[in-house]
Parts: sequence; structure tokens; C-alpha cells
Amino acid sequence: MAMMPAKFLRTAFNTLAVLSFVLLSVLHAGQVRAATLVIGLAADVSSLDPHFLNVASNVAMSSHFFDTLVTTDADGKLIPALAESWRTLSPTVWEFKLRKDVKFQDGSPLTADDVVFSLERPATILNSPGPFTPYVKQIVSRQIMDAHTLRLTTAQPYGPLLLDLSSIFIVSKKAAQGKTTEDFNTGRALIGTGPFRFVKFQRGERIEAVRNEYYWGPRPVWDKVTFRILTAEPARLAALLSGQVDLIEGAPPADLPRLRKDARFRLEQRPSWRTLFLQLDHARDASPDITDNNGKPLGRNPLKDLRVRRALSKAIQRQALTERTLEGLGIPAANLVAPGILGHNDNLRPEAYDPEGARRLLAEAGWPNGFGLTLHGPNNRYINDDQILQTIAQFFSRIGIKTRVETLPLSVYFGRLRNADFSIGLLGWGSLAGDVAAKTLVGTPDPAIGWGSWNWGRYSNPRVDGLIRDALATTDPSRRRRLAQAADTAALEDLAMIPLHHEIATWAMRRNLRYPPRIDEFTFAWQVRPE
Amino acid sequence: MTTFLLRRLGHGLFVLLAMALLVFIAVYAIGNPVDLLVDPQADAADRARAIHALGLDQSLPRQFVAYLGHALRGDLGNSFVYGTPALSLIMERLPATLELAGTALFVAILAGLPLGLWAGTRQGPIRQIIDGLSLLGFSLPTFWSGLLLILIFAVTLGWLPPGGRGETHVLYGISLSIFTPDGWRHLILPASTLALFNTALLVRLVTRGTADGLTQEYARYAKARGLPPGQVLTGHVLPNILIPVITVLGLEFGSTIAFAVVTETLFGWPGMGKLLIDAIGTLDRPVIVAYLLVTTTLFVTINLGVDLLYMILDPRVRLGNSHG
Repeated sequence: MAMMPAKFLRTAFNTLAVLSFVLLSVLHAGQVRAATLVIGLAADVSSLDPHFLNVASNVAMSSHFFDTLVTTDADGKLIPALAESWRTLSPTVWEFKLRKDVKFQDGSPLTADDVVFSLERPATILNSPGPFTPYVKQIVSRQIMDAHTLRLTTAQPYGPLLLDLSSIFIVSKKAAQGKTTEDFNTGRALIGTGPFRFVKFQRGERIEAVRNEYYWGPRPVWDKVTFRILTAEPARLAALLSGQVDLIEGAPPADLPRLRKDARFRLEQRPSWRTLFLQLDHARDASPDITDNNGKPLGRNPLKDLRVRRALSKAIQRQALTERTLEGLGIPAANLVAPGILGHNDNLRPEAYDPEGARRLLAEAGWPNGFGLTLHGPNNRYINDDQILQTIAQFFSRIGIKTRVETLPLSVYFGRLRNADFSIGLLGWGSLAGDVAAKTLVGTPDPAIGWGSWNWGRYSNPRVDGLIRDALATTDPSRRRRLAQAADTAALEDLAMIPLHHEIATWAMRRNLRYPPRIDEFTFAWQVRPE
Repeated sequence: MTTFLLRRLGHGLFVLLAMALLVFIAVYAIGNPVDLLVDPQADAADRARAIHALGLDQSLPRQFVAYLGHALRGDLGNSFVYGTPALSLIMERLPATLELAGTALFVAILAGLPLGLWAGTRQGPIRQIIDGLSLLGFSLPTFWSGLLLILIFAVTLGWLPPGGRGETHVLYGISLSIFTPDGWRHLILPASTLALFNTALLVRLVTRGTADGLTQEYARYAKARGLPPGQVLTGHVLPNILIPVITVLGLEFGSTIAFAVVTETLFGWPGMGKLLIDAIGTLDRPVIVAYLLVTTTLFVTINLGVDLLYMILDPRVRLGNSHG
């Protein structure tokens, strides 16, 4: 009995000796790099079923294996994909011509049958917390004219149909019929027309793909692509610095100066589609976060007064916010959607910093001594989100509004925000259409039709509602653009929300690679090119 | 013995039930994943459909009772976000976590035990240096020491990969990476990071125990019998300090698994800790509850194992009987 530990120790030492030998040989084994691309992804991919969960990371991954009828370019403009052309036969009937040269990864040709199957499939997936059904529910009938011609009818004239269709991936009916989400994860049902073919899915770890030799588009330069899930910023950065991955998305803001100086790497940046703004409580008289100067509930809501909203907007020095607080990773915003997006009004200028004017407006509105306010926001969602709110609180304090800041983890914050627990909340919104964004953010809330689902402050303006409705019902792109612009501008002039800035997205990669940065922040392997 | 095991089992089941209930209430209070994940374009019908399909339209007690009913049949529910059974998601990743925690513990024992024994026989500066280093070892936050190791060995020297899991080898249906050189290359840094705390703890524990043990009568007697110092140490002192060491290691193995969350996130190690973090972010309740049930079960089992080990190591301990 007493000897057992001694024996154990001896065995342990022997094992240690063997182990250190193994380790040494391991350390000397060099790394072999084939002609492949390794990408570090910032968010987990939960499923490879392209119709299961509508989150950006899943959609970005599905884009490698599947195509859509219509897609968007790096600037968010709609361009043909599997549909080579389309036209409206009437305000509610759309005809799509499919490309004739498209083959699935199993060699079978793409037909209108597959498209109809794919448009109907989202409604059959019941157990998803974020289904794709909102994108297909406007379509009331799907008519196959011939193998490569398809007519879709919408319930009402519906402008964003093409944009909605850019979210619905076309799967092979033969491969996917009767198959479950798990069949896609194992690859059995995962047959698409996209530039890459599925090889391996190790959940939470990596996804491997090889070039699809049947791909109808330009031949991808990479034989093999590996996506590594690296959700922690230091892990992603370390993987890049050590050469384990070739490119990362969501390059950590704090490390950009260092990466910029390092000759081994290149950064690609552009304004993203995400606009950050302060949402306001427009409806309640007793708003939860507003107090008098002694911290007592006020019973009166100053945010209902346009002059107060204007004062808040004027108090913010957006240039300082983007250059200092965001370290250059933002541009001052005057709009609801990013530059270049349908509905963006180039004539709007970011509100000029004018603390004097702001104080005057406050006095005019009957608040010469200000009031007490708490700002709410997330602390792990947007670039430097916590610091942004702290900065704004200082700006507000300068015009006499005693401002405090409270930030929360995202999963808690979003729930409470939509429950209208706050008076002012920080929100970032990425959208490819100003009318769709306005419907969600400033349209009078009506759950039955999906209006105002994020308009927790209950902003309501019949003129804005009317313009949004007209824009959404317009199928002519240029007319819709004008109407969406008018809707967004009307809401912004009324300061339905206080726009802050558009975020700038950053990719970091090896010096000899190039990536055209995308407005939607997606990382597409086939668009990464060696120099 | 049987009564002891049965009582332990009863305790374990009670802990599991209490844990499940607490987590259920907590996640319910935060909100539901549909509100977090549903597309803003979704109308009331889309939302209601999703909430109904996930069973979230039921009252909390109803949901809990239904959950227990399924759990008794071995079904811990489908993950909301992954759409696959929560238990299999966890089992898929359990080997990676156990492998990491097990290696970390192994490293801690290999380094901590000899170092502690040696330091215990020394007086003066050497002892103080080792003491100081071990204090540093368990004051350093895992996050920081992990980053430091990555910076030195992966980024600057380029000897080891900064993260991820290496090539795996399937053994009895479990994929493990400890059988491949590539697996070890990936395992060294995270396991060392995780081992740091336990090594430091072990060094301190063993140093004190040894120093103390050497002054005891049995050690002095052994020395007087003319036994070489090494044998006095491993043959007499070590067995006597093993009981507290095993108690601490047993407890620490549990918390190593739990603390692996930080290390796993930092090194992109695909273990269940990382799964938990993601699940909390998306309020994926089935995964959160299943994770906690699995870890609680592990804790209970480890503690049981520790108690049984006592019995082997110390013949005086008789479980289930009252003893003084």
C-alpha cells in the first residue's frame, strides 16, 4: 500500500520522459501549406440548412454552397444570380428567367421545380426561432411556365420582392425533399449550385469546402477553403498573426493600428450597412429613465417635444465621436441607411455640433435647467458601444442634462429594449432598403402586419406611414427609391431617432491577398483573390 | 456501502432537479430566443408560429413539467439555435473538454507534485522563490496567462498554433486529439494555461504538507531506521499528504471543467464551455440546461470517486458508518 505512490511516481516520470520526446518532435514538425485559403470567422455557424435560422453567420456560410435568384453586390445593389432576368407583368406578377447553364453539385441541372420547392421549404421548418418565412410570405402563387421560366404572384404590389428573394437559397429538390436540418449538417442533403462544395462540418470548430467544378460563375481560384470559428477577438487575431489563418473578418478595433504598421498584413475597410442611432420614447408621459434634477420621477416626457430632440441631436459632436471614441471606425450619419442604399438621402447633412443652440432650444421648450436622464445600450455588440454612450452622456451633460449610462449584455438588452423598459436606447441597424428599415423602426407598430416591430418608442406619424406604405407597394425601382427617401427624410426631420454614425467594417489578411470589402459585412471566400 | 451510494445518488438527483429549475426560471426571466433572433420583417403570425413550435407559449410551470417528463425519458430537448438534440451537441463536445481538463490536471500533477515535494524538503530562499512563484501562478487570471502564452509561443516564436483543436483520432466512437502529434501541438498551450492554477495550488499544498510531514514522528522514525531520504519522502510522507491532495484535486477537476470556458473561448477550443457561452448569448435554453445537468452529473460523480479513493488510500475511512 505504502509503495503504491512511489510506483505511481516512477511511472509518471517515465511517461513524462516519453511525453517530452513526443512534444519535441511535434515542435519540429513544420506546417505544410497547400494552395488553400483559411478564413477566421467571427461568429458561430449553427446550421448548414440554408432555410433553418436567419442569422448573418449562417447566411454567409450558406452563400458558399447555394445561390439565390437575385443577389447583392459589394455595395448592396441587386444583381442577377440564378435568375438572369426578370420583369413585372403587372404590379403583382413577376416573371423570372433562370440561367440555363446551371448545374447542381451532383451534376443535375437547375430547373424551375427546384426554385418553387425552395420557396416553399421555409414554411415547412417549424422549430426555428428565426425562420425565413417573412421573405416568402408575400408570394401567394408560384407558377412554372417552363423549365427555366417562373411566375411569382404577390398578394399586393410589393417593391422589396427582389430583396426578399436575395435571402432565399435555392436547394436541389431531389436532394432536399423529405430531408431534415440534420441531413444538411451531415452534408447528405447539402447540394447547391454555389461556388464551393461541402466537405466537412465540425460544429463550433471548422467548416471545410472544395471548389465546385460545376459552378456557373467565374471559376473560384481556391481548391480548398477552411473556415475556422474564432469568436474571441484575441483568438482571431492570434490566428492571423501566427499565419494559421489567411484572413479574418471583424478585425479587433483596438489592434488595427498595430496591424496597419505590420508589413505582413493588409486591411480592407468600408462603411458597413449598420447605422447607429438613439431610439427615443415618443409615447409615454412618465418615461422610466427621465427624472427631475433631484432624481425624482418627472411625470412629463421632454422627448415628446421636437425642440428637445433637436437639442439632444445638436449636443452631439459626431466628428469627435467617430474620430476619437470610434478611433476612425465610423462616419457621422444623417440617414437611417448607409450611403448608397435605397432610401439614403445624399442631401441630408449630419447635424452640426451646436451646444449653444441646444441650450437655447431646451430653454425654449421649458427646460432651462435640464433634467435627469439614463442612456441604455449593449456592451458587447457594436464597435466601442459602451464608450459611445459614455461620450454622448458627456455631450448631454454639457447642455445641462444630467446623464448617466447603463449598459447590458446583448441577450438581456434587446429583450428589455423591445419591452420598452428604457427612455433612450442605442441601436444599430443594417438594412439594404430604406423603406423596409423605416417600416420596422418608425412605422406605427402593428404586430398583425409586422410593422414597427422594433419601434418600441411608439413613434407614430401618419405622413411617414403613408410614404412607407407607398414605397413598399411600388415595383418601379426609381419611383420606390424616391418614396423611400421621402419616408426616411420625413422621419429624420422629425427626429424619430437621433442618427449617430455608420460603422466601418474591417477585414485583415495576408499582404498578398485582396478582398473587396462588402457593405453587408459578409466574408465570401470566392471573392478573396491572391494578388 | 450500498446505503452510502444510494444516499449519494439521492443527493445527486436533488441537485440536478434544483439546478434545472433555477436555470429554467433564470432563462425564462431574461426573455425568449424568438424575440432575439426573429427577422424584423416577421409579423405577429410568424412570431407566434415560431414561439408555439418551440413550446414557449406555455406557462413556465407547464414548460418545466413537460421538460422533466421528456428528461426522464432521456430527451433533453432540441437546441433552439442548432435545431439538433441539446444532449448530442454537448456529448459531441464533451470529449474535447474532458481531454483539455484531463491533460491540464495531468500536467498539474506531473509538475506540482514533484516540485512541491522537493520544495518541502528545502528551507530558505529556494522555498521562498517557489512559494512566491506559486502565489503568482494562482493570482494570474487565466485570460491573461493564456494570452501571454499565445503571444510568446504562437505569435512571436511561431512554435505552436495559437488555437483550435488538432487532428483527432476516433477511439471507441470518441474523437480524441491526444493520440496525434498535431493534436498535442494544439493541446499544449490551452492545457498549460488551464494547468497553471492547479499546479500552483498543488505546489503550495504539497510543500506545506511535506515540510509538516518531515517533522512528524513517523518520518523521524523512518529516518532513524536508516531509510534513504528519498524513500522517506515517497514511501512515508507522500502517502500521508495524498488525502488532502486528492480532495483538492477532485474539487479542482470539477472547477477546471467549469473554468475551461475562458480557456476554450480564448483558444477557440471546441469544447462545451464555448457552447455554453454561445447558448447564453442566444438564450438557447435547452443547451444551457443540458450543459448544467451534464456538468452537475460530472461533479457528483467526481466527488463520489474522491470518496471512494479515500477508502483505498486510508484504510481507516469506512464510508457510510459514523466514525470519529
